[in-house]
Amino acid sequence: MKSSIIVFPGSNCDRDIAVALEKFQIKNQMIWHDETILPKSDLVILPGGFSYGDYLRTGCIASKSRIINDVIEHAKKGGLILGICNGFQILIETGLLPGVLLRNKKLRFVSKNVFLKVINLNNKFCLNYKKKNTIELPIAHIGGNYFANNKLLQSLEDKNLIAFKYCDKKGNINKNSNPNGSSNNIAGILNNEKNILGMMPHPERLIDPLLSGEDGSIMFESLLKSQL
Amino acid sequence: MKITPEIISKHGIKPEEYKKIIYLIGKEPNMLELGIFSAMWNEHCSYKSSKKYLKKLPTKNKKVIQGPGENAGVIDIGDNDALVFKIESHNHPSYIEPYQGAATGVGGILRDIFTMGARPIATLNSIHFGSHEHPKTKNLLNGVVLGIGGYGNCMGIPNVGGEVKFDHSYNENILVNAMAVGLVKKNKIFYSKAKGIDKPVIYVGSKTGRDGIHGASMASVEFDENAEDKKPTVQVGDPFTEKLLLEACLELMKDDSIISIQDMGAAGLISSSVEMASKGNLGIEINLDKIPCREEKMTPYEMMLSESQERMLLILNSGKEENAKKIFNKWDLDFSIIGKTTNSKNLVINFNNKEVANLPLNSLSADAPIYDRKWKKNIISKKLSLPKNIRSLKISDCLKKILMSPNNSDKSWVWEQYDHTVMGDTIQKPGGDAAVVRIHGTNKGVAITVDSSAHYCLANPVIGGKQVVCEAWRNLISVGSDPIAITNCLNFGNPEKDKIMGQFVETIDGISQACTYLDFPVVSGNVSFYNETQKKPISPTPTIGGVGLIKNLDNMITKNLKEIGSYVLVVGKTSGHVYQSEFFREVMGIRHGPAPEINLFNEKNNGLAIQTLISKKFVNSVHDISSGGILLTLTEMCISGQIGAKIKFPRNDISPHEYLFGEDQSRYLIEINEKNKNKVDNILDKNGIHYEMIGRTQKDSLDLDEEFSIKISDLNELNTLWFKNYFMEN
Repeated sequence: MKSSIIVFPGSNCDRDIAVALEKFQIKNQMIWHDETILPKSDLVILPGGFSYGDYLRTGCIASKSRIINDVIEHAKKGGLILGICNGFQILIETGLLPGVLLRNKKLRFVSKNVFLKVINLNNKFCLNYKKKNTIELPIAHIGGNYFANNKLLQSLEDKNLIAFKYCDKKGNINKNSNPNGSSNNIAGILNNEKNILGMMPHPERLIDPLLSGEDGSIMFESLLKSQL
Repeated sequence: MKITPEIISKHGIKPEEYKKIIYLIGKEPNMLELGIFSAMWNEHCSYKSSKKYLKKLPTKNKKVIQGPGENAGVIDIGDNDALVFKIESHNHPSYIEPYQGAATGVGGILRDIFTMGARPIATLNSIHFGSHEHPKTKNLLNGVVLGIGGYGNCMGIPNVGGEVKFDHSYNENILVNAMAVGLVKKNKIFYSKAKGIDKPVIYVGSKTGRDGIHGASMASVEFDENAEDKKPTVQVGDPFTEKLLLEACLELMKDDSIISIQDMGAAGLISSSVEMASKGNLGIEINLDKIPCREEKMTPYEMMLSESQERMLLILNSGKEENAKKIFNKWDLDFSIIGKTTNSKNLVINFNNKEVANLPLNSLSADAPIYDRKWKKNIISKKLSLPKNIRSLKISDCLKKILMSPNNSDKSWVWEQYDHTVMGDTIQKPGGDAAVVRIHGTNKGVAITVDSSAHYCLANPVIGGKQVVCEAWRNLISVGSDPIAITNCLNFGNPEKDKIMGQFVETIDGISQACTYLDFPVVSGNVSFYNETQKKPISPTPTIGGVGLIKNLDNMITKNLKEIGSYVLVVGKTSGHVYQSEFFREVMGIRHGPAPEINLFNEKNNGLAIQTLISKKFVNSVHDISSGGILLTLTEMCISGQIGAKIKFPRNDISPHEYLFGEDQSRYLIEINEKNKNKVDNILDKNGIHYEMIGRTQKDSLDLDEEFSIKISDLNELNTLWFKNYFMEN
């Protein structure tokens, strides 16, 4: 499997995700935002961080980067795209995923491990979560409050395009288990074709028992399996 | 403009110092030159009151590659890896403008680290606020936490630990001490010493604006009632630019373009250029027409004194300019050749084709004033007898009160606002004895802690100085590391007062004794004096940042209880010293009395024994016994492990209150499996260490004899209540 990580000025999870890809023997290249040609890739990753310092609006300036045209082309051809945290915000700003990400309800940065229910197990990113569908991953953001109007929310639910919802340890999805005020506890969504996933939690930060868990690894294993 | 006594005084220069300036340079300085002296000769930059005593600190051992005097200290951790670290204060600006003050404190310390070629891998901070009831505290705490998070989160460097404390002595002088640690290959360390004549001097990073002018001088005087008028002296940070600067510098450092490099921190362009040239015994010439300015019509005075953030000064090998420029352009940063090194040993500044300043470098650094200030010994409180009513207090009520107090509350409200897992190597998160960060790509880890004990230092500066070093050492031991070295941030009041100077001198003595005994040298740090408003000084607050190495992360250990039915042991002698304890302050309202004694032999002996127990894997968990005594320490172990314990008093020669809440030093609480009991006893006996078994772990509740039984979930609830209530976030 071949991947490309797009690096923007201010990206800061690019190395972390590269480490994870290497661990799972996915052949990766770092692509500077100013490039015009995306090398042939099965998977494109938009990493977390503060692209352009979050100025103007999170993800907004990055969504106008030169490389983005090729990323959109890649998406149209059915190529996989994973946007994590700031990457999710960029995907929304490019229009590849619907809705908006507002500031967290308490207007504070939240960095902690949260529990997630894997809602859609039928996509290339989440196949292997069938064995474990209540998982734990870290979040670290100030702008992860997913918001959409009722119509869009209904459609996401109906079409089963919600990948993850925040829940508690036992898998209950409720207000108490919502760390940032997201509509319907949404932590990650898919596009119609399910080749694009945007999520606020960081799977790349939990790929090692020493880091208190390996639930992030399952996503990379899923991606590898999907290519078989 | 004519230089009047009033102008001289506004520059923080005393009349006798002004005379010395004239003597040194053989002329009356012009305004710009006076500004330069003011920036270099203030306390913050010159260490004129502290230098004499800082020399007494041990600064070397086998692992020290670079001690004090560079941007940061460097230690060898084997396999061609080195750690670069330092702690620095940003107290005065943070009181005036908490968000920017704290943010640029983080920015400044990070630059110190990557200036030396290291990639920062962790930050920590020690922050002190006034009483929670003081009207300013809430806003200051909120602003400082947002500022630290705002800067560090954007940089993508994990904030792995620290301390948050409250005491009325900080009501109008908060402390914001930021520490950073970086990783570098031993053969790729960069220094600030200039070498070679006619080498290009390069300015990179942000443009220069009018912010932070006289920042360092501001930090070198007491505050008066108009402290807030000093807002323009506070710098404004942009972490995004710093992130670009970090990546650009590290990219350029891959080859041999850079001869020397220095960040522009306190006193900006002045101190960076002076430092580089003086260290190299050279001269330096700067052309101000080449400075990238943010605002129009900036004067030489403003350009030189600005403390705008995210700027660096480089001296390059000739011919490397184009390559370097390409890298900085890629990162959208300014790049300008602003001057050259010379053999004149002078700082020469040109503007509009005119020489606007010309000063011998020696007059700015080597010949700067050094004071031998008057000091007096502190009056030490004698041993006192115990108040009679102590036994009538219910122990469970005392514990609850301590758990709910701001100082002993769970601080996750604070650290959950800091990204502590970015970079994917944070093995022990905030909240433990020390943070543990994996050395990227290896199975080694660095343990890091920051500690201060102002109450002890106020009661007895020598003991307090010793204690805080020992506390850091103990914290590093408690996670399974080998302590290596420290960085210190010495926060004190006005050194021109003999009492304050006495606190400083005696604290240094204590620090020095402990560092020497434990082979735990000081490799970097800073001094922050004048933490004083309208004659009210802060308590003497040395903050120690300690660093240790874990050679194999399989031997790392945490404080959380691991299993039910294991034994809980107190290692080290308990004599029940309750003066200056959390129990006395929070429950009894008693703030006077002596500080607990420190016996350095016991400290080392106990610590090394704990190290042995950990390395032999005889212990399940370890937590050093510090503020709050045995009972608070055990409660913390229960909460973090979500396991209970049932304990008894092993002794009847002291009261239960003294036993459980006393803050005798050099002690640890350990959890051991029954099967290891004999082996542990043997090791402790062999080393002549006093220890006592106080009980066993159990499910769900903390029980004390027949006195009380409290559910762990309730203890946790009480412990996390305070911050939520304070910020009304329930």
